[in-house]
Amino acid sequence: MKLSLGPLQYFWPRERTLAFYRAAATWPVDIVHLGETVCSKRRELRTRDWIALAGELAAAGKEVVLSSLALVEAESDLAVLERLVAEGGTMIEANDFSAVQACAERNVPFVGGPTLNVYNHRALALLALDGMCRWVPGVEQGHALLRELREAASADGLAMPQLEVIAWGRLPLAYSARCFTARAFDLPKDRCGFRCIDHPDGLPLATREGTPFLRINGIQVQGEEITDLGPELPRLRELDVGVLRLYPQADGMAEVVAHFDAARRSPGAPPPIGARNGYWHGEAGMRREHAPA
Amino acid sequence: MQLVCPAGNLPALEAAVDAGADAVYAGLRDQTNARAFPGLNFGDDELRAGISYAHAHGRKVYLALNTYPDSARLAHWCGAVDRAAALGCDAIIVAELAVLDYAARTHPALPRHLSVQASATSAPALRYLHERFGIARAVLPRVLSIQQVERLCERSPVPLETFAFGSLCIMVEGRCQLSSYVTGASPNRHGVCSPANFVRWEEHADGSRSVRLARVLIDRFAADEAAGYPTVCKGRFDVRGEVFHALEEPTSLNTLELLPRLAQAGVAALKIEGRQRGAAYVASVTRTWRDALDRYAAAPHDWQVRATWQAQLARHAEGHQTTLGPYHRPWH
Repeated sequence: MKLSLGPLQYFWPRERTLAFYRAAATWPVDIVHLGETVCSKRRELRTRDWIALAGELAAAGKEVVLSSLALVEAESDLAVLERLVAEGGTMIEANDFSAVQACAERNVPFVGGPTLNVYNHRALALLALDGMCRWVPGVEQGHALLRELREAASADGLAMPQLEVIAWGRLPLAYSARCFTARAFDLPKDRCGFRCIDHPDGLPLATREGTPFLRINGIQVQGEEITDLGPELPRLRELDVGVLRLYPQADGMAEVVAHFDAARRSPGAPPPIGARNGYWHGEAGMRREHAPA
Repeated sequence: MQLVCPAGNLPALEAAVDAGADAVYAGLRDQTNARAFPGLNFGDDELRAGISYAHAHGRKVYLALNTYPDSARLAHWCGAVDRAAALGCDAIIVAELAVLDYAARTHPALPRHLSVQASATSAPALRYLHERFGIARAVLPRVLSIQQVERLCERSPVPLETFAFGSLCIMVEGRCQLSSYVTGASPNRHGVCSPANFVRWEEHADGSRSVRLARVLIDRFAADEAAGYPTVCKGRFDVRGEVFHALEEPTSLNTLELLPRLAQAGVAALKIEGRQRGAAYVASVTRTWRDALDRYAAAPHDWQVRATWQAQLARHAEGHQTTLGPYHRPWH
């Protein structure tokens, strides 16, 4: 079972980002996703910087995937996408159909990212025909759905692409044209001042009774809890999950990677280091004991 | 531009036709559409009657089959496509690849419109879905500015439909898991957002009210404060020590003043949101937009927004407020 670093969802200063990936080059992760997936205005690292970083990490022995924006709006977003596909020299994580089309047109194999909305085996097979060789289910697709999907694929004689499951991190829940960080600072999006750079783990949002609930991250909304599928490792193995995705958080990633590296080498299940992921169990995503009764 | 209006039941469908809708969109009484609310939507007999009524008046009926089936339920969605074809629907509105593929192969003559739930926002994305599944039209997510809509009209391989009026999803449609994070029930999988059986109102001694979705406090309202339906995106929360509508105020989208630009851009159809609303809403909003569109067609250069139109639309807006939403830059 491989370990991957999901794309960095937050906006960190250039030096911090580069230092993070220099360190990651020495961690026992097999796959590293690079690139901006949330907001096209974030340019501490430009496209050429991400491509250069991809080269460095590949030289360090990592499989590198360049991740595309989840929400493509402007012509400039498409230009970046074209460059990633044409010049990236590596696999693309397609997070919308613009990226699927860009890859399919050039016969570049791609990872189907979690925002592609694949819920069944037929959709998976259609995308596989266009070059999807690995699939990251969205946050809602839990154990039962994936098991049924695998059984249906098998019954129809369809080959399954490799399965990569979000194993650890804050779940990406929603995307908007609106920037919620700019809104929280009462700034227009066009002159946002990049305030999200001051919130390396997102901006906490709590209910009016003070219960932590969500994280605001620019145009993205995440769940507050860092979810952890480590305890489900035996079931992930049964499902033939090939890759465990760990989403970068600001602190302690080396320890998180070490924890999952040890876990994948052990036959049982590791102790939890995060919240239970309700989605995986076919329930509400957030922890049931999260709010007062 | 065609006017496409919502119908949650047969009286609403007839009201839309009577008020001048060019097309009415509806859903079946199950989870195959994104307004799978109790007491709403159509059985086969009602849909047959609605199609007959619309066709007798020279109008069209589109069937929304725009949720995402998992493998175990895919056959049911394909069956719904068969029903749409058998009942004589003029088009189906679909988001999911396997359903699109089934429809294209099995009923190639039944036009396929790409649902807003498919989150397609660019020309390459539309090209992909057009080349693979032969979509005849696409409904754009409510995320693009008017300038971006104009550019996309130039580059899109298919005619485009944009939202004109109604409740405003502020998230990219098809890309919002806030409801399922809290309740387990999702727009994509179950056709519902913040379902009513998870909503709990609490009255307090001072006359104020709290509302929870599952157990999450979405908002509190003072005794004299208007209270809206509790979706996560329109609740008040604490960010940086301030309590406010952290994601969006309860407000509705209203693009009436953009009508000339949308027409000039070549937008093929304007969509009114609100299959969950009653026949009175449908009739009133449809009549207003019909009048605005007819007057624009008759004299495009003299066209001006009328205060009576805006007043009529505001009556039906959430919190009686409307916004141009994503169409104008400051909202972003």
